[in-house]
Amino acid sequence: MFRWILTCFLIPMGQGAIWANNILVCPTCPVFSVKEGIRLADPCDTVTVDGGHFAEGNLLIDKELWLIGKNWPVLDGEGKTEIITVASNHVHIESFKIENVGTSYTEDRAAIRLREVSDFCIKNNQLKNAFFGIYSQHSKNGIIEGNTVHGEAKEEVSSGNAIHLWYCDNVKIINNWTSGHRDGIYLEFVNSSTIKGNLSEHNVRYGLHFMFSNDDNYLQNTFRNNGAGVAVMYSKRIGMHGNLFEKNWGPSAFGLLLKEIHDSEIEGNQFQENTVGIFAETSNRIVYSKNNFIQNGWAMRISGGCQNLQITSNNFIGNSFDLAVHTSGVDNKFDGNFWSDYAGYDLDHNGIGDVPHRPMKLFSHVVSQTPESMVLLRSLFIDILNFSEKVSPIFTPENVVDNQPRMKKWTVVSTVKTTNNALPNPPLPGKFLQPAMNSQEGAENHLK
Amino acid sequence: MFKILKYSFFDLIRSRWTYIYCGFYMLFTFSLLWLSSDLSKVVISLMNVVLLLCPLIATMFGVMYYYNSREFTELLLAQPVKRTSIFLGQYLGVAASLSASWAIGVGLPFIIYGVFGSAQAGNFLMLLLIGVVLSFVFSAIAFFIALKNENRIKGFGLAILAWLFFAVIYDGILLLSLSIFSEYPLEKFSLIASVLNPIDLSRILILLKLDISALMGFTGAVFRKFLGTGLGMAVSMIVLAMWVVLPILSIRMVAIRKDF
Repeated sequence: MFRWILTCFLIPMGQGAIWANNILVCPTCPVFSVKEGIRLADPCDTVTVDGGHFAEGNLLIDKELWLIGKNWPVLDGEGKTEIITVASNHVHIESFKIENVGTSYTEDRAAIRLREVSDFCIKNNQLKNAFFGIYSQHSKNGIIEGNTVHGEAKEEVSSGNAIHLWYCDNVKIINNWTSGHRDGIYLEFVNSSTIKGNLSEHNVRYGLHFMFSNDDNYLQNTFRNNGAGVAVMYSKRIGMHGNLFEKNWGPSAFGLLLKEIHDSEIEGNQFQENTVGIFAETSNRIVYSKNNFIQNGWAMRISGGCQNLQITSNNFIGNSFDLAVHTSGVDNKFDGNFWSDYAGYDLDHNGIGDVPHRPMKLFSHVVSQTPESMVLLRSLFIDILNFSEKVSPIFTPENVVDNQPRMKKWTVVSTVKTTNNALPNPPLPGKFLQPAMNSQEGAENHLK
Repeated sequence: MFKILKYSFFDLIRSRWTYIYCGFYMLFTFSLLWLSSDLSKVVISLMNVVLLLCPLIATMFGVMYYYNSREFTELLLAQPVKRTSIFLGQYLGVAASLSASWAIGVGLPFIIYGVFGSAQAGNFLMLLLIGVVLSFVFSAIAFFIALKNENRIKGFGLAILAWLFFAVIYDGILLLSLSIFSEYPLEKFSLIASVLNPIDLSRILILLKLDISALMGFTGAVFRKFLGTGLGMAVSMIVLAMWVVLPILSIRMVAIRKDF
């Protein structure tokens, strides 16, 4: 990445007149075709496209190039082809409107495809009605920043992902806004990457989907109203900090699904109004701390084979069920959380309740045994049952107990580390501000 | 019959207890609305109240009214009036006054808070309807028990037991059978079992209206699939109507044969 900045950015800056040319493309210019502009350019040149509507089929970029749009030029695929294919390292694409890729059941067409390249930058583009939005395969050291990707997906089978990464390394996905696709952001075999400040909403399946990806961080993103929030599967060493998961609501929806995740950290996130805040399965050595769980159906459901969990310093406020633990896993800690339905007292005023709190209600145990008994939700009998179990616990798991329940809410302080983003942030056009601000808002909530 | 209904009704709405009952609901609803301006949350809170209090008060009120107006009943029986119309008139008077207390007590605050402009109007009407139906069902059951039993203590005991059965014991039995037979597919069974109990049916009808039903997972989906359709709605309304009609028919049967 750094070498690229040196060769393509810094040197042209100093000696631009000698080294790098700027080719202007516009409907009334001598060069009136983007394809022609790209053909004429030498490596390290800049192709500037000023306005216009170009339906030129597939554009192959096979040399190091800056492709810059001015006044929002439109690249239209007319529902027939993939639009931009990048097959060279050091390519920068900025400020285009890219539209109408068209669904295909035989190939994964994308608005922008990155094919086995490194050091790319896709910035501030507006993608509309794309099958796949930005599709990166076998690529590394790139930045995908400030793009909006809006689709009109109705069902899983006939839709693609907004930002799709496959076998990638060290990619930064920052401040994008995705909606109306299958997955907002999809990562498969993607390592050492950062996903920050994105807004992912109204996607058919997941807001963010991890598969077999290790050592990634995602920070300060907002996942709202997706089929099912975020799914993190078969991955190791994932950091999840300061994200907002909200309104992922439906019969099989959840805020965050963890499946076979190990050695990860979930910190300073806010889970609000999800059917299930976190659903964890066979996930070991995970630290959940300083999260807010507010008004979810289940704040956390911990299914079989989860060991070495540390659930500490979280706030559980107004959830129908705080915890459902269906594992006899060893070495799980539930200490030092704030539970809004804790009914104990604190005689010595040290801020820690004197009576241990058992967050798992009898009914949530019963429901895990016989899901059908959910029909009795909110009935008087269940209230009586929960009360009697609370007085003398018999059925709920022995080890699910908070020995140091907090009397007061934790002020959840975001411990988000700023990413080492080398490129300066350009002022975003008005429309882009929204996702960035929303995710900031999400992050600020944690700061309060 | 309508004359007697009118007598009972006006007798009851002059009664202190009706005002207290109505005032309680009004105070409760106002304070809920005052504490939380989110109408849907208030509807959920009131749901717990309607499922608990409406049947209980209707049962108690029905039994009490029957035993207390016994002398008036005997007086009426000496007149050339049909027996069934005496008892049905009294029953309808009680049920109507209870329903009116409920509807005014809960409805007025909501209307003042402008429920009809909001998205919760449907849920609110559902809540109101269910309160009315439950009042009718349980005062009918209470009347039937009172008619059957000359002994007041026994009558009261049985009436409370009936309420306890529908409100608590039935759910206990249902939960027990669900966990005993958990190896089998139980969606249909739990659907039928909960439709048969008026309190459970009311609870589920309200739950399905609120978005909390997403919690109910697969079972919830089965319920929604059935109760969400026109047929399901019709079936549940018919079942609720049956719960009014059956006790009334029993009242009639007992009233005709009863020896005073």
